[in-house]
Amino acid sequence: MKAYIRGIGQISPQQTFAKDDFLDTVVGYNTNMLFCIDPVYKEFINPLQLRRMSRTLRMGVTAAKICLTDSGIEMPDAVITGTGFGCIEDTEKFLLAMLNNNEQQLTPTAFMQSTHNTISGQVAIMLKCKEYNSTYVNRGFSFETALLDSLMLIAEGNAHKILLGGFDENSVNLHVTTERLGHWKKEKINSLQLLESKTSGTISGEGATFFMLTDKEDVNNYALLKGLSTLYKPENEKEVEQHTIDFLKRNNLSAADIDLVVCGLNGDVRTDGVYYHLRDKLFAETAGAYFKHLCGDYYTSSAFALWLSANAIKKQVVPEAVRLGKSPAAALKNILIVNHYRDINYSFMLVSQC
Amino acid sequence: MSERIAITGLGIISAIGDNVQQNLASLRAKRSGIGQIKYLETIHKGILPIAEVKHTDEELLQIAGIVEDTGYTRTALLGMIAAKEAFDNSGAKKGDGIRTALISATTVGGMGSTEKFYLDYINPEKTGDFVKYIDSHDCGDSAEKIADNLGIKDFITSINTACSSSANALMLGARLIKHGIVDRVVAGGVDGLTKFTINGFNTLMILDKEYCKPFDKNRTGLTLGEGSGFVVLESLDAAQKAGKQIYCELAGYANTCDAYHQTASSPEGTGAFLSMSSALALSGLKIEDIDYVNVHGTATQINDLSEGNAMIKFFGNKVPKFSSTKGYTGHTLGAAGGIEAVFSALSIHNNIIFPNLNFKDKLDEFDLVPVTDLIENAGVKNVLSNSFGFGGNNTSLIFSKA
Repeated sequence: MKAYIRGIGQISPQQTFAKDDFLDTVVGYNTNMLFCIDPVYKEFINPLQLRRMSRTLRMGVTAAKICLTDSGIEMPDAVITGTGFGCIEDTEKFLLAMLNNNEQQLTPTAFMQSTHNTISGQVAIMLKCKEYNSTYVNRGFSFETALLDSLMLIAEGNAHKILLGGFDENSVNLHVTTERLGHWKKEKINSLQLLESKTSGTISGEGATFFMLTDKEDVNNYALLKGLSTLYKPENEKEVEQHTIDFLKRNNLSAADIDLVVCGLNGDVRTDGVYYHLRDKLFAETAGAYFKHLCGDYYTSSAFALWLSANAIKKQVVPEAVRLGKSPAAALKNILIVNHYRDINYSFMLVSQC
Repeated sequence: MSERIAITGLGIISAIGDNVQQNLASLRAKRSGIGQIKYLETIHKGILPIAEVKHTDEELLQIAGIVEDTGYTRTALLGMIAAKEAFDNSGAKKGDGIRTALISATTVGGMGSTEKFYLDYINPEKTGDFVKYIDSHDCGDSAEKIADNLGIKDFITSINTACSSSANALMLGARLIKHGIVDRVVAGGVDGLTKFTINGFNTLMILDKEYCKPFDKNRTGLTLGEGSGFVVLESLDAAQKAGKQIYCELAGYANTCDAYHQTASSPEGTGAFLSMSSALALSGLKIEDIDYVNVHGTATQINDLSEGNAMIKFFGNKVPKFSSTKGYTGHTLGAAGGIEAVFSALSIHNNIIFPNLNFKDKLDEFDLVPVTDLIENAGVKNVLSNSFGFGGNNTSLIFSKA
């Protein structure tokens, strides 16, 4: 199963919505809590609609629109999204109103927009797209299942162009709540120095990324998405290593064929070890890259990694800001993305030159 | 891709029973699970009827066999109970080496626990036992707890397309098997009742103060319910060779989008028509082969009108026997497609058609009259089951006698 990436739109804590800027300058944050840089939304959505939309809905719909324009495709054959938490702002708004007013004087808008499939539904309404439409909501497998579903649809031959999205929204309440579980660093760090902290916890983040996947070759394609695999709660690092070898083998590749490993290092000393294990055992001679210092950690951050990898393949450049270890090879043919969410949801993606 | 998919296991917990046997007995006896609110703490108690599973959270912990509550929400427990029944019923054994997926669907996830403790969650001064529920808020929590309970590791995911969620879980499951990604799928959905949902639907003014009356002229809205329904999917060929019990085949499925409004169906039922026609096309059946339609039939003004119009457009003047089982279970949201898949399988397996409770008068807009009494020896070979949700998500499934 494979698909070409024809178009991309991304809103993130970096200036990623502008097509020409490929992390030439990056923004650091000192709050352990990253939020997206807003584009001028009214350039994408009419002001009447905009007023009623929550932040994540704006982000999602705008990222989808940028992606559609970038791809030159007006109407997809399916809209598929992945999100771990869905529309947090509207969920919190309705929940707090309900708790603070003893279930009285509630209005429906926040409730209506609180469901996880709000963005896929809104995008379909915007496009009048009556085709396949789905939303996956399983933590660090949310974007991955959306991607797998897309690849299966293309392999089934019933869909030729698919609008695929991954999004999650951060919020102060969400950060404060999950901080109790030890997810975030206790000491404030500069996000760009994420890997230097050597402490437990990471930084929270968010993003909305959309891809147009197609089964057609085209000079404008970014890259070829060649393979995807997930792994749930591996016993140990050895199992992850074996899974990586098997994944590459299924795609007729070995570790030596990989020109860049994009990994989900998040600066948490409790769970980063597995990435270093893979580097030492399989990729000692391979260039590396990381990305969570730019977007923070969230359930669908692998969508950011795919954005990064597809652009690196197309532009044949690895931005300075993401480089790790050895310098990348002159030609980037195959990129392996390895990511995990809290040592529970592991995912592997193979992105290749068209 | 021509592989056929069998249903080899069923599991359910709903307002009308804790397992398949109890649900079937209630369906036959026309015994509704709707009643006054007993378990949910809300100001709507005594005013709005709902269809609760008749157990406290503590009792559900026991039924699920959990010794220590490390943060099990009502949603997770209901899902664990139904999925375990389906898994065992199919003859599956934990660690039997068959590549297995767990696909669950839910709309509220752990909201039932979140809403109890949220003001404490966001106040860093507060500490206590509630902290164990924080990580169970998201939708994936229940799926992972169900998977862990059954020892499923090969593939896990969750779906939320609102009220069509668990129908999509079955559809994805069938496709995973056809693509050779796994050989067995435990697929379905679960939702526990929460204040969040009841108040949300209440603001939309689509909750009936009496028991819901699907497809009745005087319907005034839906009745919310809770529960979980799961099935086990396997290759039909492999299941037959292994001599397994086969309830029916999942012969057709389709997912389409109304693309009309965030929370309302189009009056003409465009998306519903598309999902029914595409599912039929995939099944290879003829339109007259459909013997029974388990309609979405929520009893809201707009759903029943829209779905009825779509059925007339699809079936012409030969609309098959149909009924909504939501008068029994209430609308169980993310669980509805799973629960109704179990009912559809039971309909074929037992050759019966379930009545549509609380129906008196047909709509002015069309001549459709649902089945109102249990039909035995109904000659049911093919059942169409509809699930429609917010966001315009429509899914139709077709179950056939294997």
